Amino acid sequence: MLALLINQFLILAAVLFCIGIYGVLARRNGILVLMSVEIILNAVNINLVAFGAFQENVVGEVFALFVIAVAAAEVGVGLAIVLLIYRNRRSIDLTEADLLKG
Amino acid sequence: MISAALLVGQNVFFAVVAAVMIVAAVRCVTTGNVVHAALWLVMVLAGAAAQFILLGSEFVAVTQVLVYIGAVVVLFLFGVMLTRASMGDDQTVVREKRFMAASVAVLLATVLVAALVDSYPDQRLQIKEPKSFANVSDAIFSQYIVAFEAVSVLLLAALIGAIVVARKN
Repeated sequence: MLALLINQFLILAAVLFCIGIYGVLARRNGILVLMSVEIILNAVNINLVAFGAFQENVVGEVFALFVIAVAAAEVGVGLAIVLLIYRNRRSIDLTEADLLKG
Repeated sequence: MISAALLVGQNVFFAVVAAVMIVAAVRCVTTGNVVHAALWLVMVLAGAAAQFILLGSEFVAVTQVLVYIGAVVVLFLFGVMLTRASMGDDQTVVREKRFMAASVAVLLATVLVAALVDSYPDQRLQIKEPKSFANVSDAIFSQYIVAFEAVSVLLLAALIGAIVVARKN
């Protein structure tokens, strides 16, 4: 009767996802944008694990693990790019990184 | 069958951790100090690990703590150090942009929550016992072995790519 609703977890993940979207759109600091992306990826992981528990199989968990691995790779490359931007422009303000703008 | 007291405990635990996660996430995307943002991010990640345990996925929870809190956050702190937190506080963002971002986020949250409430009105989880490590590893090393190998190659490529991009000359 009182068992956990799957919706609890899905709505929590949706709210976290939107907070992450706000961070990506509103932040200018490259590192803070990457942190917001991590919040988004975590929201997705909560969704995957919740559906895995709902369906009572391990597929959700396996995919969550793959997402964690890919997120680690993404952070490594992303921070390397931010460092490169900093070295070239002495700033990690992403609004100034407009070299490709026509 | 799980006792009613345990179910109430699960619900209370979920509510407390969810509230902490949302407050920490909001602080993480609004605070001006970059180091504080990284520390708020730790609270979000730890809360996610707690939710994974509540969902009976110990292995994902352990991996979350090891990879995210152990490695990714340290990487972020190194990034902050190496760029000397050059922006200081991030309060100079134009108000217009912040308002647009907030309205996109609120709109998206409304649509998502409405869709979820519509799709899963009363489905409940039947978590009887934690899933064993053995089942997860069986799935990874049989059905998803190709994806597993692809991820290992991806990690190697990302490692080399990060070194090549970030090194001097």
